[in-house]
Amino acid sequence: MGRIIDWARNRSPWILHLNCGSCNGCDIETIDALMPRYDIERFGIQQKDTPRHADILVATGPVTEQMAPRLKRVYEQMPEPKLVIAAGSCASTGGVFYDCYNCREGIDDVIPVDMYIPGCPTSPEALIDGIVKLLAESGKEAQAERLAEKKPEIVEEGTPIDEAVPKEPDADRTETDDAPQEGADEPEPVEV
Amino acid sequence: MSEKASGTEIPVGPQHPSLKEPANFTLTVDGEVITGAQMKLSYNHRGIEQAVLSKSYIEAIYLLERICGICSHAHTSAFTQGVEELLDLEVPPRARYIRTLIGELERIHSHMLWLGVAGHEIGFDTLWQYAWRDREIVMDLLEEITGNRVHYSINTIGGVREDLTDEHCETILEGMDDLAERIDFYQETVPNEETVRMRCEDVGVVPEDLAREYCAVGAVGRASGVPTDVRKDAPYAAYDDVDFDVITDDRGDLLARTVVRIGEIAQAIRIIRQVAKRIPEGDLKASAKPPQALLAQVPEDDVVSRYEAPRGELIHYVRADGTDTPARVHIRVPTLANWPTVVESLKGSYIADTPIVVAGIDPCISCTSRIGVETDGNHGGENAFDLDELREYGIEWYDDRSDVERPSLDGDERTVSGGTRGDRA
Ligand code: SF4
Repeated sequence: MGRIIDWARNRSPWILHLNCGSCNGCDIETIDALMPRYDIERFGIQQKDTPRHADILVATGPVTEQMAPRLKRVYEQMPEPKLVIAAGSCASTGGVFYDCYNCREGIDDVIPVDMYIPGCPTSPEALIDGIVKLLAESGKEAQAERLAEKKPEIVEEGTPIDEAVPKEPDADRTETDDAPQEGADEPEPVEV
Repeated sequence: MSEKASGTEIPVGPQHPSLKEPANFTLTVDGEVITGAQMKLSYNHRGIEQAVLSKSYIEAIYLLERICGICSHAHTSAFTQGVEELLDLEVPPRARYIRTLIGELERIHSHMLWLGVAGHEIGFDTLWQYAWRDREIVMDLLEEITGNRVHYSINTIGGVREDLTDEHCETILEGMDDLAERIDFYQETVPNEETVRMRCEDVGVVPEDLAREYCAVGAVGRASGVPTDVRKDAPYAAYDDVDFDVITDDRGDLLARTVVRIGEIAQAIRIIRQVAKRIPEGDLKASAKPPQALLAQVPEDDVVSRYEAPRGELIHYVRADGTDTPARVHIRVPTLANWPTVVESLKGSYIADTPIVVAGIDPCISCTSRIGVETDGNHGGENAFDLDELREYGIEWYDDRSDVERPSLDGDERTVSGGTRGDRA
């Protein structure tokens, strides 16, 4: 069961984009990633309009005091498991708005963040790369957790997780592979 | 049922599907018709006008650039022009041409972005994807010339930072040829397309007298027949050397604004072609001295600088006090001037038209966010402060706050709350 969930999650993560007081630069670049040039929709990544449908929250901006409670509420409304990407320098650290009286210092001041993508603004390539890496990473974690549940002895003995996971044939990951690439790499297939 | 004039209130936002920026509207509706609208726009308020006072003039350029990612060049140009006027610097012609070029590329990128968003708002996603795809031509040119897709940082006090090579000029001309073809296509199809006509014709009408009364600027004013354009009225950069027309329309509805914006893209292409062909040789900066040396002696004075941003007239007010940091910077952005027309044109339209009426002025909320201060009403008149009271109030507020390490999340609606009126405190 866990495998199926992982597989489904990794294949088509739906993102929710939330502007927490950014300058628009990171927002237009995030939306740009959905447009024909970069077209992340061919990997099944879709922009969703409500937090209740989203798997990944892409938050931009240094988080203004006005947006902080809203950001928290949107985060709480997302169903588990959820991932958070802080897109842009100011989402990561506050950036140029560091020390402004109405700003927090980045998204992680308010909610936990799983991935930081720097850049002012982050380019669509960087964003796609970030999402892919994040999925690979979270896939591995979930895998390790399940493994630890099932076969505690392997993990305890210190066998590297990679070796302990049985290799799978490539059967289930051919659909997205034929589109010509521009800028972005293929999402790293996550072993299930 | 019909006695209730006030009707039902519907809150929209701040996180909502149609705009990419947080804004909150409270619509009062009677059935499906909107009878009143209130806006809360302060979600993006970051306090830039305050922060800029602690930066030197050079650092301020990069901070002000980040007011808005869509019209970043507009903000830096307006600010640098102001400071140059304070310093009495003569910007060399080549630098002025480069500023014009970037400004016009930015105008194209902004209008294409709007065209796409407008398409999305009326449920015509094909137009959205088309427009954003063609916009990449301009983004590529900007990246090639300046090194960044969004914040170009090409302006500096007294000139520009990057030069334009001959190859650049060639790529620009090639790019413009491709784009011109696409714009011809849009000019022909968009205003005649049935979907667009049905959603935009006679929607969100701003008649000329209303536009004049509320001082609408930019494409909104021009679509209502008010031919204001700072580029013509008070030419800056190289605009007095190039030929272009101010596009106007007299219908005042959303279709007119669409036509005006697409027409402006065509004019921008015309300007860019002239600039790329005619750019004079010469220096990039007004003075060979390092900028710090110049800026150590900004004389005590103030200046108002105007710039025609993609959304309309942008005003920067800069006051210098003889030190190396500005004493006051105030920014009046075009969106702020256009908001009242939205409230007026929302009244009497249908709920379903809200997104496109709001998007029709091409709002930029990150530029516009201001903060109003809610008081307990004990200060002077009703909710009014004079400067000393405000200062006292500020000191008290910060004193209270210093006890708490970080303001707690739930107590957030303390003293600051949104409002379109009022200044950045
Ligand atoms: S990182 Fe830069 S581009 Fe992105 S929101 Fe912040 S200031 Fe704007």
